[in-house]
Amino acid sequence: MAIHIIDRRLNPGGKSLENRQRFLRRAKTLVQGAVKKTSQERDIKDVLEGGEVTIPLDGMHEPRFRREGGTRDMVLPGNKKFIEGDYLQRSGQGSSKQSGPGEGDSEDAFRFVLSRDEFVDLFLDDLELPDLAKRKIAQTESEGLQRAGYTTSGSPANISVSRTVKLALARRIALRRPRKEEMEELEAAIAACTDEDERLVLIAQLEKLKAKSKRIPFIDPLDIRYRRFETVPRPVAQAVMFCLMDVSGSMSEHMKDLAKRFYMLLYVFLKRRYKHVEIVFIRHTDRAEEVDEQTFFYGPASGGTLVSSALAAMHEIVRERFNPADWNIYAAQASDGDNSYSDGELTGLLLTEKILPVCQFFAYLEVGESGGSAFDLSDSSLWTLYDRLRNSGAPLSMRKVSERSEIFPVFHDLFQRRETAQEKAAP
Amino acid sequence: MTERLFEGADWDFHTLQRITDACEEVAMKDLGLDVYPNQIEVITAEQMLDAYSSVGMPLFYKHWSFGKQFAFHEASYRKGLMGLAYEIVINSSPCISYLMEENTATMQTLVIAHAAFGHNHFFKNNYLFKQWTDADGILDYLDFAKNYVMQCEERYGRTEVERTLDAAHALMSHGIDRYPGKKKLDLRAEEKRAGRRRQHEEEVFNDLWRTVPKGAAKSRSALSIERRRKLLGLPQENLLYFLEKSAPRLAPWQRELLRIVRHIAQYFYPQSQTKVMNEGTATYVHYRIMSKLHQQGRLTDGNFLEFLQSHTNVVFQPEFDDPRFSGFNPYALGFAMMQDIERIVASPTDEDREWFPDIAGRNDVMGVLRDVWANYRDESFIGQFLSPKLMRQFRMFHLHDDPEERAGIRVDAIHDDRGFRRVRRELARQHDVGYIDANIEVVDVDLSGDRRLILHHHVIKGSQLNETDAKRVLQHLADLWTYDVALIEVDAQDKVLREYVVSPRPIAAAVA
Repeated sequence: MAIHIIDRRLNPGGKSLENRQRFLRRAKTLVQGAVKKTSQERDIKDVLEGGEVTIPLDGMHEPRFRREGGTRDMVLPGNKKFIEGDYLQRSGQGSSKQSGPGEGDSEDAFRFVLSRDEFVDLFLDDLELPDLAKRKIAQTESEGLQRAGYTTSGSPANISVSRTVKLALARRIALRRPRKEEMEELEAAIAACTDEDERLVLIAQLEKLKAKSKRIPFIDPLDIRYRRFETVPRPVAQAVMFCLMDVSGSMSEHMKDLAKRFYMLLYVFLKRRYKHVEIVFIRHTDRAEEVDEQTFFYGPASGGTLVSSALAAMHEIVRERFNPADWNIYAAQASDGDNSYSDGELTGLLLTEKILPVCQFFAYLEVGESGGSAFDLSDSSLWTLYDRLRNSGAPLSMRKVSERSEIFPVFHDLFQRRETAQEKAAP
Repeated sequence: MTERLFEGADWDFHTLQRITDACEEVAMKDLGLDVYPNQIEVITAEQMLDAYSSVGMPLFYKHWSFGKQFAFHEASYRKGLMGLAYEIVINSSPCISYLMEENTATMQTLVIAHAAFGHNHFFKNNYLFKQWTDADGILDYLDFAKNYVMQCEERYGRTEVERTLDAAHALMSHGIDRYPGKKKLDLRAEEKRAGRRRQHEEEVFNDLWRTVPKGAAKSRSALSIERRRKLLGLPQENLLYFLEKSAPRLAPWQRELLRIVRHIAQYFYPQSQTKVMNEGTATYVHYRIMSKLHQQGRLTDGNFLEFLQSHTNVVFQPEFDDPRFSGFNPYALGFAMMQDIERIVASPTDEDREWFPDIAGRNDVMGVLRDVWANYRDESFIGQFLSPKLMRQFRMFHLHDDPEERAGIRVDAIHDDRGFRRVRRELARQHDVGYIDANIEVVDVDLSGDRRLILHHHVIKGSQLNETDAKRVLQHLADLWTYDVALIEVDAQDKVLREYVVSPRPIAAAVA
């Protein structure tokens, strides 16, 4: 008997992927809720790693007719001391839990593991970038094909049969190519003809027609048309994200950490919507400089605080490198709220005149020490300033954060689908 | 002395070939097995997980519930809560066995003997499988089903298909024909016949007949009920079949989907009835083959010990008060019974002669076993062949739990002379699918009225349906039927215990 031994190990895996996606789609709301709950307890990095979530099984239930209760009989192994007629106390455990193996449907929660992409997708799913569509012009990055009429040359695969036949027909009619029926008629007439002379005439006629039909082909190379395709550039949206942060002495590690978390989320979010996302880090004390990420978060710096310097730097960079017509510009500023009193005027002016008009979105995040009681006392100078600007109509988003666990809610809050976001921004 | 099959734990494809050949030799010559051609496939853990979530089949249609299964298995596997099976075997011709790549050479030998010869023989010879499954056709059918579902999704939308499949899955356990050869009423033929009969009546109409005195004939309404039931093939316990043929507003593709689910349920039906026998057979076969290979010197002592260790794990039966206990282990019970039959046939005691006069001392072990494997299912197998010796060995006892009984749970019978037959009968009953599944059937449809579908659940021993689940399943049923559905729970005295009425959800009605 022939035995086939087959190595399937190299077959493509992921056979269950499709089913899994269907399951996730179906359980979307449940999973989303679970994802949010889980993410609040986690660090950003872990959040982006995906991981285990638990959803209530109820929504994903697969019901079957099941019986329960009633008199039960069971045969069990391992009798030690019972004899016929004994009575056992019901302990609520052991024998009464004998119910059939089921399929685990008695469990009330269902655990499974989400991959990183699935997790981020679900996490950010109900968020939306403001003004996403406003300036979508961008670099011509990818090219697509598009139908563009017909051409007389091309590859055989692209022959347009209907168009070719149509042209051939028109040409045959115009040049009066003898039709098949015409010739058949003539042949029949010849066959039926008795008069020899007339017959000769008819034959000559037929010959003429035949010659003509040979001269005028059924389909001429002239008739052939090909479908034409054109490459069209497809614009790819691109975005730049400005991270502005106060690094003066008053900013503690904790505050920087909060700011960093916020920036990371924003980056992940932008990355999902745009193919190209550039990040510019601007840190400032009493003067601002563009730095790399490492320096931004960990480089030591000290000095006073002049917020306007950062805004001026940003404006400069935008003018030099990021034409607002081509780029979607997002900016997020983090600070503990300190600013020199004298700087307020200039900051306000820069923001309303130069920065906000070119930005799609400008968020101000005021970070505080954990415990956050300081906020309750009075608003910081920067908060007061921005609040005034916002009330006079500037499109600013601003939030206060003092705990890690608040980052996600605040982020969500900022990027809720637009209607709600606006309502919240302008209470 | 014969050459060793392999040394150590490593194997390659040549080794597998040699192992299979050696197993086949023993299986054919010593055990006289009759198997489908074998196809052995080596797979990875990930592929094993995939197979788990499509009920072990190599291809299956797409549905979210399989994704749920997969997510669940994957999570518990990753956390180490669950080990994966060493193999999966498919009742098809050729018989496909999946082997895990991680198995050692000894394990591969065990698994090949177990699946490719044990299960394979059982699939090919057991009457239930012969009657209900088409091993040659199943893979093609699954392929058809997969494509059909896919086409339906393209044509009618994924949600529609999903809704129909959800409903069908909920009713899957009641989509099975339990009795073979039942002549099904062909509705179309029935319709023609009714027309012909009417015509005949018109032709031979004579008003005089009206004046002939009639006896106490059945009332008109009673007649019409009987007739209607017959026309619809009622009572019908195969709910999916009934819906497929008689649901008034299903689209043809929906009927075809119900049919697919029904066919697949039917295909798995023998497996659920023969767990003990199937595993018992396979375990007995692998034990015999492995022992023989060891005897022949083709397996080293070390390899044989490795085998014995995992064999012992497989046939371990925890006692009822053990925390690991979760019912009878089909491997343990099945294997013990097969070995016991071997003992009864070869060297019976007086007790065995009294209990099993037919087989005791017949000396043709394999002949008897092959006959048993071919002609029994779990319930009849245990009912016939569970010996007093085995009941003593397992120390079986029978508990009767009547909620009305204040004193507690009664020990009804134990493994003594008075109790053997009662214990055996109860254990057999525990393995009777007909007894485990709720007995639900369609009894009537009010065709002239509001088209309400009426089902009965015949309650046995006061065990009623779980309410939440019953309502959900009935909701699915109503969605397919598109009119009201009533389920009445009646006990043996026809007393109504409970009644459910469910109306279809509007969306389903709009769709149909």
